[in-house]
Order: sequence, then structure tokens, then C-alpha cells
Amino acid sequence: MIRLIGILIGLGFTAAVLWGFGWGSAAVIDQGYLVEPTAEHEFHKDPKEVAFATDGPFGKWDLQQLQRGYQVYKEVCSACHSLKYVAFRDLAQLGYTEAEVKATAASWTVPGIDPNTGETNTRPGTPTDYFPSPFANDIAARAANNNAIPPDLSLMTKARHEGARYVYSLLTGYQPQPAALLAEFPDAKTGTGLYYNPYFANLNLAMAPPLSDGQVTYADGTQATREQMAKDVAAFLTWTAEPTLVKRTQTGWAVLAFLLFATILAWLAKQQVWAGVKPKRRED
Amino acid sequence: MSFPWAKHYEPKAPLMRYLDEKLPLPRLVYNAIGAGYPVPRNLNYFWNFGVLAGFMLVVQIVTGVILAMHYAANAGVAFSSVEHIMRDVNWGWALRYAHANGASMFFVVIYLHIFRGFFYGSYKAPREMVWLLGVVIFLLMMATGFMGYVLPWGQMSFWGAKVITGLFGAIPVVGEPIQIWLLGGFAPDNAALNRFFSLHYLLPFVIVGVVILHIWALHLPGSSNPTGVEVKSESDTVPFHPYFTAKDGFGLGVFLILYCALVFFGPNMLGHPDNYIPANPMSTPAHIVPEWYFWPFYAILRAFTADFILPAKLLGVLAMFSAILVWFFLPWLDKSPVRSGHYRPLFRKFFWFGLIPAMLVLFYCGGAPAEEPYVMLSQIATAYYFLHFLVVLPIVSMIERPEPLPFSITEAVLGDDNKAVLGENTTPAT
Repeated sequence: MIRLIGILIGLGFTAAVLWGFGWGSAAVIDQGYLVEPTAEHEFHKDPKEVAFATDGPFGKWDLQQLQRGYQVYKEVCSACHSLKYVAFRDLAQLGYTEAEVKATAASWTVPGIDPNTGETNTRPGTPTDYFPSPFANDIAARAANNNAIPPDLSLMTKARHEGARYVYSLLTGYQPQPAALLAEFPDAKTGTGLYYNPYFANLNLAMAPPLSDGQVTYADGTQATREQMAKDVAAFLTWTAEPTLVKRTQTGWAVLAFLLFATILAWLAKQQVWAGVKPKRRED
Repeated sequence: MSFPWAKHYEPKAPLMRYLDEKLPLPRLVYNAIGAGYPVPRNLNYFWNFGVLAGFMLVVQIVTGVILAMHYAANAGVAFSSVEHIMRDVNWGWALRYAHANGASMFFVVIYLHIFRGFFYGSYKAPREMVWLLGVVIFLLMMATGFMGYVLPWGQMSFWGAKVITGLFGAIPVVGEPIQIWLLGGFAPDNAALNRFFSLHYLLPFVIVGVVILHIWALHLPGSSNPTGVEVKSESDTVPFHPYFTAKDGFGLGVFLILYCALVFFGPNMLGHPDNYIPANPMSTPAHIVPEWYFWPFYAILRAFTADFILPAKLLGVLAMFSAILVWFFLPWLDKSPVRSGHYRPLFRKFFWFGLIPAMLVLFYCGGAPAEEPYVMLSQIATAYYFLHFLVVLPIVSMIERPEPLPFSITEAVLGDDNKAVLGENTTPAT
């Protein structure tokens, strides 16, 4: 009885799902394509191939590069983007001395409260402060940026597929809209106040191209090409997203070495224990 | 416990004798996972996953309890409290990655444990109750995993919660009030986050309870084995300790290597980048996908695209829940007296060339965007999934001619069984 009911229910579900399959396949045959072609489907590009010092299981921080990336963030990105999960004290991890961290913190203006009147004011940052937001609130951010809120960058490289490569590709990927795109999708013309970028999900980005050659002057003498700055800031954002990245992989090797040793011991123990029991014959 | 030749616990030290008289906890352990539990000698490594699942449950509870000390279940600060754990709590990143990937590894182990059961017929008499409790554990795990994914309050947390609780809205008439009651509002917000956290903390301990019942029910008939032939005599078994503590110890080592490789070298591989964006009710992600371990069932949900007597959405919800509920009826749907797939030629074909490919397709399509060809593929796979459990298994078990079974486990292992003691505890060969 239970099997009879089961067979009926099974056939019912099968019929229902195949009914949907029938309509779906009919629609596909009717339209002549599987997925409706869109500009995003055809012109979106995967991030460019670019190598970072932190890549792979043996990755290391390139402190020089992180310092350059911090400089790019400070002089360019921070005009619009916050970095709210990072504190100035964290910059010590980039190889700055305590005095340097204090000095760079003081070069930022953070919101404060007047100790005498209780009124809000601003004051120079201290190492315990977090990076300040460039806008007072989301409405101010929208108003200043063509109705788009510049996202916080702290976790950007973890919040996108192939994070650091994505950031690098986006910053160096601005280009004129291809003629082929406009020929195929005349409605997809990049709107006013938007910029065409094939590495962005919907191809049209509200952020103007932020980097141009020589925009910053690096203290270490590295030539500040657009590609160099994009790479440096992508590396810096890899650090802001996961300051523990290198500690993680280094710990990982120690853990794996221990586990491998323990597992070999466990294997030997198992062989020892089972030695008295005849080995299992292969099943014919 | 289960067989007359099981070794008996004999405490020697005075303290252990005292304890055995007052609270025989060591005796319980001895009989449950010690030398007092005779286990078929021919278990292969697929029988390792029960122990591994138990291990992962403990890992999840330990890491979870510590994470809860630093996490704040409030929609305003949940996301930043997770970042606080990642950045400021000593080894907080390791704990959180171990917990998030621990959930994944727990499900890997559980899926292998379940499919072991499918192939070797572990659900059949006399172990139906073990199986039923196992399905209950799986359902509790899914609820726990789902609610845990909501806690970081990222974009996928929020939208996942919205989609899954939205399923209740498909129930006619009472659906919408139920949905609002479950969420404590019209959309996931602080009320939902708080209750999810509370339940996420509670359910693992409920799972511990059901696991104890699962193991208790298992110890009455004893473990099944790859031949599916029941234990007949002492030569068929070895004591759990030291034989399977040693074997499972090695398995645990291999498992830990894989688990730690994931935690330390690819901790975000199985997660979704969108969950590092704080929840935003105003911005819908391009593709809302649950965690990978729900993908097969998510694919089934989305496979019902056309109304067929009932509305398509309701059909999808019914099918998704039925896809797991059907497992409850497995012991009665598959009536073949032969347990192990090794001796069932027809069943074996449907298992390897039907169920496994269908499951893999569903896994893949559940994580893919809801567009063609993934929808059509998951429709075919869904059709086979239901046919397999509800139509193929009952019919195969009626018409199949099984291959000859070995007389005993000992015979299967050693080639002959001269030592088999035919006594009153012997059951006839099936």
C-alpha cells in the first residue's frame, strides 16, 4: 500500500516537473536561444591576470607595496571611500614605526567632541581611531556622487570574486564603449555621469576613472603609473580585508605538518592493531 | 550490549569500581565505543563517517560557543561584530573560519554517511529506527546551518533568509501570516536575527540528544556492514576498541588534513563574496544562492516552473520538503531482502548511473543562476530523483534477482567460515 501511494506521488511530482520542462524547452526552441543575450552577458570580462605577493599558500606581504597602496588610498580613494573596519593602529603592521603611525594618524581629521562644551567638532586622529568616513551620512554620499554611494573599501577584496584582481582590473579597465556593443544593443549606451568599464558587473560605473599616471609621488621612488598604483592599492585592500592572511597560511603549514605526522602515526598504529586479523579479501 | 560474546567491563582500580557502582559512566562508554561493542570486522572506510560526524558536531559546538562570546545578535552591529572577531579577537579569524568551514565539512561527512546508507541498505530492518533518527538529525542540521548563515548579516544572509522564509508564503491562505509570525515582521530584521541566533544556539544541543538516540538505536542490532549479511558468530566481529578506534583515528587524521587545508588556505572558497557586504534590504543581489549544501534542494525548489494543478511555487516548496521526507519512507519503499548494493545488480545500476548523476546535476544547478540550461537540467534531474526513490526502488526490489550472498562475514573476509558456530544466536542466511 505504502509503495503504491509512493509510486503515485512519485509519478505526480515527475509529471509536474516535466510539465515545466516541456514549457521551458518549448520557450527555448521558440526563442532560438538559451539565455536572452544581454550586453552584460556578452561584454563583461573576467578580472585580468595579475600576480600579488600574497598569492598562493606561500604568500607574503610586500610591505613596500602596502605602504605605497596606503598612500594611494590616502591621497586618492579616501576622498570618496571609507575604510571603517581599519584603525590607524593597524598601520603598524605595514612596517611603520610607532612615531610614524602617530604622525600619519594625526594627518587625518576625525570627528570629535569638544570636552568643554560637548559640541561636535573635529580633531586630529590618534592611533586608536578608525579611518574616518568622507561623508557625514549616506544621503550626503549620494548627493555628492551622482546618486551612487561609494562603498566602504575595508572588505572589498573579499566581497568580490577574485578580489584583488577585480580591484586592479576595475581601476585600469576604463575604456570607450565598444562600437560592437552599441551596434548590437543600441539601448545599452552608457548614461550620463556613468563610465564604461567591462570589469564592472553591469558595465557602467558611477565612479569616474580615479587614477592617472603620476597622480601620486611615491616616497620610495617607484614610478607611479596607473597600473602600478592600481596594483599597489589592490594589494593594500587585500591587507585591509584580511590583515591576518599571511599569519593564516603560515599557521596552516604548521598545522598541516603536525597533522601529517599524527596521521602517519595513526596509520602505523592501525596497521599494528590490525596485524593479527587476516586482511580483507577482495570482493569478487 | 548487542552480542553475547561482547566483552564485559571489569573495573580494576578501586576508584573505577566505586564509580561503576555509583554512576556507571565508564561502563556506558566502554559498551558504546569501547571494547564492549563488537563491530563487523569487514567495515570499509565508508563506515568512518559516523565517527567523523560526531567529531564535527563537537567542533561546531566548541567553536560556536566561543564565537557567541564575541558576537552580537543585533541587526545594527552583527556585521561589525563579526569583523571584530576577525580582526580584534585573539585567533578569532581561525575560530570563525573553522566554524564556517566546519559546517561545510560536517555536511560533506553527513552526505557521505547518508549515501553510504543508500548504497549498503543501512536503512533496512532491523535498523529502520537508526535511519529515521538520522533523517531527523539531517533536518535539524539543515535548520541550524541555515540560521547560522544568517547571523553575519551580510547580503546573502539577509536575502537567503528572505527567500527561505518566503517559501512559507506559498502555503495557501495561512502562508503569509505564518511567514510574518516566523520572522517577527514583514521582512527579516532584528526580531528574525535574534530568534535565529537563539535557535542556532539551541538546535545543536537538540542534535546531540537525537545523536545519542541514533547511537543507542544502532547498538541494539549492531553496525551494518558492506556485505549486508548480519553478524552470526564471534569470528564475524572485532571489538570497537582497539580495532575501530585505531582505524577511525587514521580516518580522522586524513579528514582533519582536508578540513584544515580548507580553513587555512581557502577559507572563503565555499562562501559567497556577497556575504562580505553588509545586509541591505534596498539592494537585491544578482543571484541569491544558499550555502552549497542546500543546492540540490534549492535546485528542486526552482525546477517547478509551470502550474500543474497546483501553483508552481507551491509545487516547488512541496517537492523540496518531500525530497527529504521521502527518505523517511525508504525502509518501506525498498523491500529487497538483500541490503548491500554489492549483491543487487539492477539496484546498483540505478544507483551509480541514476541517483548519483542526478544528485551531482542538482548540486551544480542549485548553485547556478536560475536560467537555461540549468533550469531544464535540474528539471530532468528532479524528475529522476523522485522516480528513483518512489518508483524505481519499489519496482526494482520486486523484480530484481540478487547475486548470491556469502554465508557469513567471516566467509566474505577469509574465503571460508569453518569457525562459524551455529548456535541459538545464529540467524539463517538471507
